[in-house]
Amino acid sequence: RAMAAGGRGWFRALALGVSFLKCLLIPAYYSTDFEVHRNWLAITHNLPLSQWYYEATSEWTLDYPPFFAWFEYVLSHIAKYFDPQMLVVENLNYASRATIFFQRLSVIFTDTLFIYAVHECCRCVNGKRAAKDILEKPTFILAVLLLWNFGLLIVDHIHFQYNGFLFGLMLLSVARLCQKRYLEGALLFAVLLHFKHIYVYVAPAYGIYLLRSYCFTANNADGSLKWRSFSVLHVTLLGLIVCLVSALSLGPFLVLGQLPQVMSRLFPFKRGLCHAYWAPNFWALYNAMDKALTILGLKCNFLDGTKIPKASMTGGLVQEFQHTVLPSVTPLATLICTFIAILPSVFCLWFKPQGPRGFLQCLVLCALSSFMFGWHVHEKAILLAILPLSLLSIQRAKDAGIYLILATTGHFSLFPLLFTTPELPIKILLMLLFTVYSFSSLKSLFRREKPLLNWLETIYLILLVPLEIFCEIIFPLTPWKRHFPFVPLLLTSVYCALGITYAWLKLYVSVLTERIPVRQKAE
Amino acid sequence: MEKWSLMTIAVLLALTVRWAVSLGSYSGAGKPPMYGDYEAQRHWQEITYNLPIRQWYFNTSDNNLLYWGLDYPPLTAYHSFVCAYIAKLINPDWVALHTSRGYESQPHKLFMRTTVFVADLLVYIPAVILYCFSLKETSAKKKASTCALCILLYPGLILIDHGHFQYPLSLGLALWAVLCLSHDWDLLGSMAFCLALNYKQMELYHSLPFFCYLLGKCFKKGLKGKGLVLLAKLAGTVLVSFAACWLPFGTDVEQIMQVLRRLFPIDRGLFEACMFSSPTHCPDKVANIWCSLSVLIKIKNVISPRTQLKLSFAVTFLSLLPACIKLTVQPSLRGFKFALVSCALSFFLFSFQVHEKSILLVSLPVCLIINEIPFMATWFLLVSTFSLLPLLLKDELLLPYAVTAPAFLAVCLASFSILEKTSAEDLQLKAFSLKGYMSWFKSFPRIVRSLFLLSLSLMGVLSVLSAALPPPQRLPDLFPLAVAVVSCLHFLLFLVYFNIVILWDSKNRGQKKIS
Repeated sequence: RAMAAGGRGWFRALALGVSFLKCLLIPAYYSTDFEVHRNWLAITHNLPLSQWYYEATSEWTLDYPPFFAWFEYVLSHIAKYFDPQMLVVENLNYASRATIFFQRLSVIFTDTLFIYAVHECCRCVNGKRAAKDILEKPTFILAVLLLWNFGLLIVDHIHFQYNGFLFGLMLLSVARLCQKRYLEGALLFAVLLHFKHIYVYVAPAYGIYLLRSYCFTANNADGSLKWRSFSVLHVTLLGLIVCLVSALSLGPFLVLGQLPQVMSRLFPFKRGLCHAYWAPNFWALYNAMDKALTILGLKCNFLDGTKIPKASMTGGLVQEFQHTVLPSVTPLATLICTFIAILPSVFCLWFKPQGPRGFLQCLVLCALSSFMFGWHVHEKAILLAILPLSLLSIQRAKDAGIYLILATTGHFSLFPLLFTTPELPIKILLMLLFTVYSFSSLKSLFRREKPLLNWLETIYLILLVPLEIFCEIIFPLTPWKRHFPFVPLLLTSVYCALGITYAWLKLYVSVLTERIPVRQKAE
Repeated sequence: MEKWSLMTIAVLLALTVRWAVSLGSYSGAGKPPMYGDYEAQRHWQEITYNLPIRQWYFNTSDNNLLYWGLDYPPLTAYHSFVCAYIAKLINPDWVALHTSRGYESQPHKLFMRTTVFVADLLVYIPAVILYCFSLKETSAKKKASTCALCILLYPGLILIDHGHFQYPLSLGLALWAVLCLSHDWDLLGSMAFCLALNYKQMELYHSLPFFCYLLGKCFKKGLKGKGLVLLAKLAGTVLVSFAACWLPFGTDVEQIMQVLRRLFPIDRGLFEACMFSSPTHCPDKVANIWCSLSVLIKIKNVISPRTQLKLSFAVTFLSLLPACIKLTVQPSLRGFKFALVSCALSFFLFSFQVHEKSILLVSLPVCLIINEIPFMATWFLLVSTFSLLPLLLKDELLLPYAVTAPAFLAVCLASFSILEKTSAEDLQLKAFSLKGYMSWFKSFPRIVRSLFLLSLSLMGVLSVLSAALPPPQRLPDLFPLAVAVVSCLHFLLFLVYFNIVILWDSKNRGQKKIS
């Protein structure tokens, strides 16, 4: 809505506006992640480096890579001026007003990096499409889609996490790669990986893209790889950067001989296949299928009711989920599935290089594939696909359609994160705000092309409304609430899983069939 | 983008901000024995639900009028009754007679906040949307939604309604009345205004412009023909709506007299002392002329209450007169809106028993002219929000204040680029400035702009000081008083400005039309 004449006035207005909104959300509900981060502040502030990954007074042990721990260490030195009590390890669940204020503000302030990254991303997008109206400029739309992203707002500023500046790092590295500043991009991504290792999901895209466009300096005329253009210097530089960053981060623990301990904290495979609330991915569908088959089997007497483990009927509430009909899934199986799912996109990036656009597509596909098949995936991980896809959505109508499906279902699947009644209107209003904006802006951006969504997709998305009404308003009033409290979560995650799977497949098909239709058969 | 989706986005944003503010504290939260306006509203629900209508305004063993007795007109009471009915369905404890006194809980807060939210959504917001669509300058489709966004994000109203706790119904109804008048539906308009008046007697601040505008319209149509018919119809409408609202009390005269006594307790003092909320000291510092003068002379000690009443009445009347006469002689919609501002402002500055929240009655018409004089309107709205600061601090609403006020400024800067609209013409002072001083007015825009920035920084500094510093021991009211005096000076200047705009207005316009 900013119409400030000329220049970047509108960008400042958008960034300021969303920051004010974030400040308004300070008194809102926060999840246990708040205590997690408070505990990490305390650990890094009080204990020597050698104790960081051993300390276990609180159940929320440090399970992010060392850079994040250092980040908390730095924060803790500001925190002591707000309330020193929050830095005591034994003060479990400590939440004075100053603590809340400090933690919330730290998220808001570190988001400046995200704002800067969005600014850089907007510069990468070519604003050739001459729009007389500022509101229809692709860069403006992109800025809103990223800065006002619903998922990021509720996960960071209500639920409480530090995704903002992490995504800032990621978008900044993407922007640098788009600007052909490869080394900077690689450095940023390496640093990012040592902040939060979930970004390893998209590492294949980075690796292949850097190898293909930076280590090989030239292509043949038909676009295929020119093997002789391999540059040793570039590989060495890349390797040096990665090794240096890793040494800086993990080196101290290597010296202390604590690397196995750090790794066991970072990759806790002891947790279940699915998070307490099933992330809407392939395994949610798999679990639901298993449950449906179990019920069917019990009805038709194929199964013996006494042999079924009790816990399986409360799925969605306990972490360990026993499959009764279908085979149980091991971490290795999910790893293989993820690998297979990522493979075609990586091949695509290698054999059909399309510059930054191809890279972004591959990045989104990697993120989505890992989300679909990963072990113990959080529903929040969907942001890893939605945010980069925003960059694609303003460039092509096809991607815009996929973006709308993915963003709407993905954001809807975040609803169970906020289950407290006072936050119910906030999440619905914010979701409506973002959805209405994304639909109307993308529609007007591509108004000369065919409709972004077909009728089936439209119906699917519209049905989210009755689903929400049923889950949040009608269901709590019914007597089932006491016996089957997990039904709303189950419905939400299965229904959203359908949409996300569909978006994933559609994006895959569109990427694979692009330009060289033969390759699709090879798949 | 289509204008409807833009408008939807503006409204959704405004709603989000409202709900986010409502997560915060409210008036009198956890402050026994009197609590605050939140408890007053809850108490009225309790009273209206449990007592027969004849006892609502009377002091009885079940209805202690000293504890938040009803002092608003019947529509407020009916509204409380409806809310109480819903409350009873959810949790009977919330409105149980006697035992529910001072009831506070998270679910109850949620319920109360929802009632305000719903009232806002049903009455105030639709009126704003329709008003913005009805503006003449909607040729650029964005204009309507930016206008709506600015009006809906006005921090004063959000903070008082959704933070401090109050229902936006009377203002919403008044807005509906203005809307109807601007569509020439005079009868509907006067009915809406009667309803507003019967929701809160403070709407009397707006009554004179309504009266003068409609009267002027009748004169214009000729008092012997159509005008008389219109006048009769209007009078009929007003009588019928009043009668409808007061019907249950119309049984005997004593009832009506008692309600009136409750509505206008003229023995309270020149500027509303907060009799209830803080028993120890500190009469509320209202940003009107009497309170500011009391820095110099203690009026209370010099003049008797009766003389005070007469004095304030005389001054108010004098300050109202020019705008009202002008409006009656030359009724125009634009003049009507400006008259609403200046009359309400006169009342606020000079009249008897003013509450600081009454500034909202001035802000509402200022919101309506934000597209005509964006610079002055924004300035005024910011000052009016600032004048509420002591109240907001008491309610622990500092955070929403510190967020929404700059946000509002940012939105206005972005959508109207107000800093570039400071020329005499933009301020509608062209006619006035033509009187001669051309050379002086060359640097006028720059002077105005620097004055604006100066006043902004003054307000900012005072806000920070009153939020951060404990007041010196000998002067516990230093900061609230400073806030009141500073805002009062601003308001005086604004009063002069608005009167100039009104009085020098249409001559110039007429000339333009001829040329």
